Amino acid sequence: MTISIRRPRLTKQQRRALIVGLLFISPAIIGFFVFNIGPIVQSLQYSFTRYNILQPPRWVGLNNYKFLIESDRVFRIGISNTLYMVLIGLPIHLVFNMLMALLLNTRIKGLSLYRSIFYIPSITPVVASTIVWLWIFNGQFGILNEFLKFIGLSPIGWLTDPKWVKPSLIFMGAWFGGNTILIYLASLQDVPYDLLESAELDGANAIQKTFRITLPMISPVIFYTIIVNVIGYFQYFTEAWVMTATRDGSAGGVANSAMFYSMYLYQTAFQQFKMGYASAQAWILFMIVLIATVFLFKTAGWVYYHAED
Amino acid sequence: MTASIHWRENRIVQDRIKKSIAYTIVIIMAVAYIFPLYWLIVTALKTDLEIFQQPPPIFPPNPQWQNFGESTTYIPFWRYMWNTIVISGLTVLGTVLSCTFIAYGFARIRWPGRNIIFLIYLSTIMLPSQVTLIPLYLIFRDLGWVGTFLPLVVPHFFGNALYVFLLRQFLLTIPLELSDAAKIDGASELGILWYIMIPLMRPALAVVALFTFVQTYRDFLGPLIYLQNQQDWTISLGLKLFQNMYGAQWQLMMAASTLAMLPTIVLFFFTQKTFVRGIALTGLKG
Repeated sequence: MTISIRRPRLTKQQRRALIVGLLFISPAIIGFFVFNIGPIVQSLQYSFTRYNILQPPRWVGLNNYKFLIESDRVFRIGISNTLYMVLIGLPIHLVFNMLMALLLNTRIKGLSLYRSIFYIPSITPVVASTIVWLWIFNGQFGILNEFLKFIGLSPIGWLTDPKWVKPSLIFMGAWFGGNTILIYLASLQDVPYDLLESAELDGANAIQKTFRITLPMISPVIFYTIIVNVIGYFQYFTEAWVMTATRDGSAGGVANSAMFYSMYLYQTAFQQFKMGYASAQAWILFMIVLIATVFLFKTAGWVYYHAED
Repeated sequence: MTASIHWRENRIVQDRIKKSIAYTIVIIMAVAYIFPLYWLIVTALKTDLEIFQQPPPIFPPNPQWQNFGESTTYIPFWRYMWNTIVISGLTVLGTVLSCTFIAYGFARIRWPGRNIIFLIYLSTIMLPSQVTLIPLYLIFRDLGWVGTFLPLVVPHFFGNALYVFLLRQFLLTIPLELSDAAKIDGASELGILWYIMIPLMRPALAVVALFTFVQTYRDFLGPLIYLQNQQDWTISLGLKLFQNMYGAQWQLMMAASTLAMLPTIVLFFFTQKTFVRGIALTGLKG
C-alpha cells in the first residue's frame, strides 16, 4: 500500500519543500535570468550588429569581430596592456602580498595595528586614493621625483612616459593589496603549529618549512586569490582611468600606454555609443576570461586539499 | 648537557635576530603604507603656493585647516556624500535582505536539486561584469532608469552569489535539529528564519553589510555610467570634478579626498573585528 502512494517521483513533502525552497531562492532565480543569462545572450546578439542607440541595431554578421582582430590597433594595445597587468602586475602583487603576510605571521607584537595600516588603503574610495598617487607621481612637483633628485637621479615621467606608466600603476597597486595580505595572513594562522614544530625537530629550516608545509597547506587559498584576481585584473579600470583622465573626458595615457581593455570598451560603448562593437569586445573578454579560468582549474594539480575539509 | 644549553642559547640569540629583522621590515613597510595618506593630509593643509614649492615642505608650514571647509563648497561635497550614502545604504539593504532569503532557501530547506542549482548560481561570481554591462544599460535605458539611482540599487535586491555562499556556509553549521524542533512546534519556514536563524546569523550578516557598504562606497564605474546629472553624482565622481577644472586646486582636491576617505576609515576602526572575520571567511572558501 505505501509503495503505491510513493509512485509519483516526488513525495508530497518533497514537492512542498521544492515549492517553498524555490520561493526562498526566487530573487536569485530572477536575478540569474534578468541580470546574467538574459544580458549574456543579448550581448552576443548585439555583437553581430551595428547599433548606435538612435537607430535600431543592424545585422553585420562577424564584421565587428573581424575588424577588432584584424584592424583595430587600439584594441590590440588594450589587450597587450591588460595581459601585462595580468601576467606581470598580478604575480608581483600576489608574491608581495604573500611576503607581507609571512612577515606579519612571525608573531610580532602590535599585529592588529599593522594589520589596520596595511588594510586601510584597500577600503578607501579608489578615486580618492588614486588622486594622492597622481600627486605623488606628478612629474614636476611630485614627491617621488623630488626624492630621485635628492639622491642624485634624474626625474622620471611616471605617468607621462609610456615606458613607465604601467610599472607606476603596478607600484601603486601594491598599496591596494591589503585585502589579499589579510586573506593570506588568516590562512597562515590556521596552519597547525605542531606540524611546523615536528618539521623543525626533523631539522627543516625556515625556507624548507615555508615551501614544504606552509605554502602547500594554504594552497587552496592561494588558488582562490589567483582565480579571483585574474578575473579582476582583466577588468582593470578605475585606477588607470583616474590616473590618465584628461579634461576632455578621454583616458589611456600617452600613446595609449595605459589603455586597458575595459577602458577601451567603456569608451566604445559610452562615449562613442557603438554598442554592437563594444558588445563584441565584451564577448571576446568573456572568452578570454573563461579560457584563463578553465586553464587555471586544469593546471590546479599543485593545490593541496587536506582531508578534514 | 652543556652542549644542549649552548645550543639553546644560540637559538634564543638567533630568534632574537630574526625577530628584530622582521620588526624592522614591518615598520619600514608600515611607514611606506602610511606615507601616501600622510602626504594626502599634509598637501591638504598647504596653501596653493606651498603646493608647488620645491623641495616640498614635509610638514605643512602654516596648516590651512580652512581648506577642508573650502573643499566642501568648491564642489557640492555634502550633496555627493549624501547621494553616496543613500546608494550604499539601499544597496546594503537589498543585498542583506535578498541574500538572507536565498541562503536560507539553499541551506535550510531540503528540496531536490538544490545543490546543482546552487553550483550553477555560484558560477556567476566568475562572470566579468563587462559582459552584461551593455545589455543592462540598454534595458535600464528603455525603462527610463538611466540618470536615476535605480540601476545602481535595484539589481542588489536579487542576491549576490558570493554573499549567498558566505551566508549559506554559515547556516550549514547550525544543527538541523534546531529547525526540526521548531517545525514540530508548528513554526513556518519564515518564522524559523525570522526568530531563530536571523539572530544566530547576526555576525555573518554584519560581514555582508559591511563589505557591501564599502564596495558600493568605493564604486566608480557604476555611477560613471548611470549618473548623468551632476547633482546626482557620488563622491567618487565628484572628486573627478576637480580634475576637470582648469588650474587644479590640488590642496582642495586633497582635502576633499581626505574627507571622502574618512567614513570608511572610521567605520573600519569601529568594526575591525567584523572586517577581519569577514576577510577570513571570504578567503577560506578555497
